[in-house]
Amino acid sequence: MHTVSNPAIPTSMEAPIGVQLSLRQVSKVFPGKRGFLNRKSSSDFVAIDEISLDVEHNTFVTIIGPSGCGKSTLLNIIGGLSEATTGTVTMDNRPIIGPGPDRGMVFQNYALMPWMTVADNIKFAVETVYPKLSTAQLNQIVSENIQLVDLNGSERKHPHELSGGMRQRVGIARALAINPKVLLMDEPFGALDALTRGYLQEEIERIWEQHRKTVIMITHSIDEALLLSDKIVMMTRGPAAKIDQILDVPFPRPRDRNSVEHHPEYDALRTEMEAHLYRETRYVEQSRI
Amino acid sequence: MAASSSVSSPSSSKPFVLNDNLKAVLVFLLSLGLFLLFWEVGANAKWFAKGMPTASKTLEELWWWTTNPFFDNGPNDLGIGWNLLISLRRVAIGYTAASLIAVPLGILIGMSKVASKAFNPYVQLLKPISPLAWLPLGLYIFRDSEKTGVFIIMISSIWPTLVNTAFGVANVSDDYLKVSKTLGASRLRTIFKVIIPAALPNIVSGLRISMGIAWLVIVAAEMLLGSGLGYFIWNEWNNLYIPNILVAIFIIGMVGLMLDQIFAYLENLVSFGRS
Ligand SMILES: Nc1ncnc2c1ncn2[C@@H]1O[C@H](COP(=O)(O)OP(=O)(O)OP(=O)(O)O)[C@@H](O)[C@H]1O
Ligand SMILES: [Mg+2]
Repeated sequence: MHTVSNPAIPTSMEAPIGVQLSLRQVSKVFPGKRGFLNRKSSSDFVAIDEISLDVEHNTFVTIIGPSGCGKSTLLNIIGGLSEATTGTVTMDNRPIIGPGPDRGMVFQNYALMPWMTVADNIKFAVETVYPKLSTAQLNQIVSENIQLVDLNGSERKHPHELSGGMRQRVGIARALAINPKVLLMDEPFGALDALTRGYLQEEIERIWEQHRKTVIMITHSIDEALLLSDKIVMMTRGPAAKIDQILDVPFPRPRDRNSVEHHPEYDALRTEMEAHLYRETRYVEQSRI
Repeated sequence: MAASSSVSSPSSSKPFVLNDNLKAVLVFLLSLGLFLLFWEVGANAKWFAKGMPTASKTLEELWWWTTNPFFDNGPNDLGIGWNLLISLRRVAIGYTAASLIAVPLGILIGMSKVASKAFNPYVQLLKPISPLAWLPLGLYIFRDSEKTGVFIIMISSIWPTLVNTAFGVANVSDDYLKVSKTLGASRLRTIFKVIIPAALPNIVSGLRISMGIAWLVIVAAEMLLGSGLGYFIWNEWNNLYIPNILVAIFIIGMVGLMLDQIFAYLENLVSFGRS
């Protein structure tokens, strides 16, 4: 259910039972540049337009859509890094007004601090969020999370000594170490080669089985979305992007690539997604001519 | 025949393979030898200015000064070691003072658009002034050559550090700030744990340039100050004894090189794969 039957007065912020994260008519308008003499040298840009979406507890949601449609914009609003122009975002019925450690973020380019070791990167996050922990507790959490992403032995390395895949594991460990309620990932494997990507996808599936957190992940890969998600949110092209359709992914868990690909509904879902992406991308490319 | 055997085992057919470093050392030694030879022959044959010392005479003096660095027969006959320490002390004090001002101020300027715009005119105006232009002012204010020397070092070595620090802080990658923001880190924690370490390579390269300038300036300033390496050169010029001037020039160069290498090492230490 993404388009709520237009609540004329959006005061009823109460989300349905079981819903953790709720977006109500969220729009983002990037203001045009105002010239010094002429009042407006470029017009306002509506990136996303009245998006409503409910995410239930412990679901893995992926967002997929043509390039530039506003996926990152949407995720940044949920993460509190950017503010919705209109509309509200609530988490457990409390409005989101800024960034906070209840939402862990994983970035496409890892965003690790190069001067910190692997352990220190994770420790920095935990220490920031839980300043009162004892050193022993802190170290405990750090080593647990290093273990979780299979990076034992690399604790004392600096990010530049790691491969891209290993760096992103640190990014994931850092985000999980603060024990967020929701994990937000913007194309976490976008910068990795195909093999590493496939491997990390399976790692994510494994980790997710251990900690069933709510996850919202942006991806460009249909296979990735089908392997990992419970729900796939397909967005239309921008400007003024909307949610086109939400697919339920019925594959049983735990999953692996093989069992997923042999599921009877796999091909139908895949075809549907391909058709959607192809259609939207074609419009985008044609409008450029 | 010979060609085929060298293809099959290129290294065994040539037991002594020159790597690039070894080649560079050889070229260096060769060019140095040629230079000294040209100098020696030229000085003996009076190709250069009248009274130009020979290479051997100069090297002899260099040996004497470096083996007798610490003697003290009054201000005009002081061992080069003492003079070097006097210069280094002035640089250390002035440079430290400059850094203690430049780094915090640079951080402030880098973080605040208002501070950046407000202080920029001062920086832009003061930066291009020749250090020696401050000399009369320093002497007038302090009425003391020691303090004036330190003052000149300070005022001239402040700018590169300030400008680099501000640049580094203003250009801290958005990614790091995003991470800090999503974790809900306090402003202070962000500054000390993220912004300063992220800007450290820029800060250190600013400090390196500043050190270079301080070392350039001290020699010039000391010509007018009555002690230190600069004064040593000035004194030998008054004695018209050129070999000692060349000795001092060589020592100044070596010390400058060592100071620079310390900072090159520091730069490497804080880079962590960034260049
Ligand atoms: N700060 C900004 N100012 C103006 N326009 C912006 C800004 N950020 C994003 N946009 C525009 O909003 C639209 C959506 O951007 P966004 O980065 O959210 O897309 P995306 O779906 O994440 O794209 P991609 O798949 O390439 O990552 C784009 O057309 C972009 O040009
Ligand atoms: Mg994006």
